Amino acid sequence: MDLLVGVPTHNNARTVGETVQGIRVGLLKYFPRERAVILNLDAGSKDSTREVVAAASINDVQRSADLYALRTLPCISMVYGDSPATEVALRTVLAAAELLRAKACAIVSPESTNITPDWMERLLRPVHRDNFDLVTPVYRRHKFDGLLLRNLIYPMTRALYAKRVREPYGVEFAFSGRFCSHLLEMQVWDHDAGGVGTELRMTIAAIAGGFRLYQTFLGTKPHLDRTADLVAAIRQTVGTLFWSAEPNFQYWSGNRGTESVPTSGAEYDLTTEPIRVNRKRLYQLFGSGVGELEPVLKSILSPQTLEEIQAIATLSEENFRYPHELWVKTAYEFASSYHKSVINRDHIIQALAPLYRGKVYTFLVENRDASGEEVEANVEDLCLTFERLKPYLLDLWNAGE
Amino acid sequence: MWEMIMGELDHAMQELARNFAHFLPRLLAMLIIALLGWVVASLLRVVLRAILRIVKLDRLSDNAGTTQMLNKLALPSSSELLSRVVFWVVWLGFILLGVQVLGIVGLQEYVSRFFLYLPRLFGAMFIVFFGLVAASFFSRAALLAAVNADSPSPRLLATVIRTIIVVFSVSMAFEQLGLAERTILVTFAIAFGALMLGLALAFGLGGRDLARRFLERRFLKEKEEQKHDELSPL
Repeated sequence: MDLLVGVPTHNNARTVGETVQGIRVGLLKYFPRERAVILNLDAGSKDSTREVVAAASINDVQRSADLYALRTLPCISMVYGDSPATEVALRTVLAAAELLRAKACAIVSPESTNITPDWMERLLRPVHRDNFDLVTPVYRRHKFDGLLLRNLIYPMTRALYAKRVREPYGVEFAFSGRFCSHLLEMQVWDHDAGGVGTELRMTIAAIAGGFRLYQTFLGTKPHLDRTADLVAAIRQTVGTLFWSAEPNFQYWSGNRGTESVPTSGAEYDLTTEPIRVNRKRLYQLFGSGVGELEPVLKSILSPQTLEEIQAIATLSEENFRYPHELWVKTAYEFASSYHKSVINRDHIIQALAPLYRGKVYTFLVENRDASGEEVEANVEDLCLTFERLKPYLLDLWNAGE
Repeated sequence: MWEMIMGELDHAMQELARNFAHFLPRLLAMLIIALLGWVVASLLRVVLRAILRIVKLDRLSDNAGTTQMLNKLALPSSSELLSRVVFWVVWLGFILLGVQVLGIVGLQEYVSRFFLYLPRLFGAMFIVFFGLVAASFFSRAALLAAVNADSPSPRLLATVIRTIIVVFSVSMAFEQLGLAERTILVTFAIAFGALMLGLALAFGLGGRDLARRFLERRFLKEKEEQKHDELSPL
């Protein structure tokens, strides 16, 4: 088998048909001679997801898109459990890919109804033709979308692992058979946090393993419902990032500076249309969180950092700012406390949520009228602060060991 | 007459000397046992202190809030306190063994009772320590969940949870020690019942308006606010 495209589903009957047909069109158009398979992994959907996948016929595609298949393009649907578990789904895709000896694999979200045929080309070609090992996406986003990613995950991953991967926690991505075998062999699956953040662990594993990375622009990011809860989102991403820092310490502790990753299309694309955001609520939640969580924050943060946070918490809404340097120190002290398990690790992750809200408030205020380029410059400045203060993290990490 | 007195005195002195001669080896044996006990207890204290340092009991104790409590009572750290307790219990055990060698009638029963009581004492200490650890964990979990859910009075909620677990573990410890079992049970039942009744009355009567406002805020206003908050963190 040359290509395998995995589509993990759970109650996606409304959108999965469109997605599967989009994948099919892409494969027929750009890879007509390759042997390909679409693998739907369902988490015990209660709606008719699997039926919709089965009913999505190749004939419809051929009629509407004027395409002709040179080979059969099977679409297999299977159930891997009775509740969604990204890790199990991904592992199953990896196992299937290795079994079929697929040269290139892609994962596509079933909710990506904005999929266009060239997604398959953009995701699979760098792996299949150009021998890259992991292709991560770059999306067109609103300037206030994905703020956890832009204020913490991207800058910190970049500072630690020295690679500028824009979306280390992508919904769509592709990988090589070589990287697939590497993943199945290594211990990226044993995670305290209960199998969350697998996509981020894969990205980090690719960087630390010396695999070739590539980024590809996919257009507007599909609006997914996977991150409705902030604490859950922090657990999935920040928890995984902190956890991954331990086994990869040897790798990241020796890195200095950062390298860009080859990219096709725009490296960033931010839209600026006005959206309604309740800034006041973020400010209030930050203030109340800092006040109420003082005994918890005392265990995690250094006295000086805590004092500075408490000082900014007293500022009025108009004057409130969470400076980059203080935010970076906060993140690094949280990472170090997580490493040292000063208190329960999940409690450390949860305690970050109110502070993150304070940073988001600052980001929203500072970039209220900013253009895409100005927002990008702000994020770049934050990234550089993360890089500059990396020795601070190393000092914290090594202290008392 | 004088000779008789002198004879009796001589007899008494001889008896005393004979008794002392019988008692002296026992006393020496007791002192040796006590000294040996001191050596063993000191060694145990050093070893235990090292083990507790390795397993980072003090950090666990910090997290559990036990250290703060001990500081308030002007007591040393948990590992030091536990080492000292073990030292004294072991040494006291040896001293009592030595006392048993003296052969003082009636003392043997007390010595046996002491040794039978030791497991209960350690059991009670164990219950209190892990009760404090559990209280700290669950109260912190409640505090974080309440803060992140923007619930009112998160600290009060955390304190209530902490208090309930601490009271519960202390009452269990007393029961383990066999001290005033009934009194503790009745006190606990009354205190717990009073707390629940107080909360029921407060929410049912005094806090009706507050509860209404709280529910409105939770289920109406918050949904309204969330609609306006279109930010996705990822």
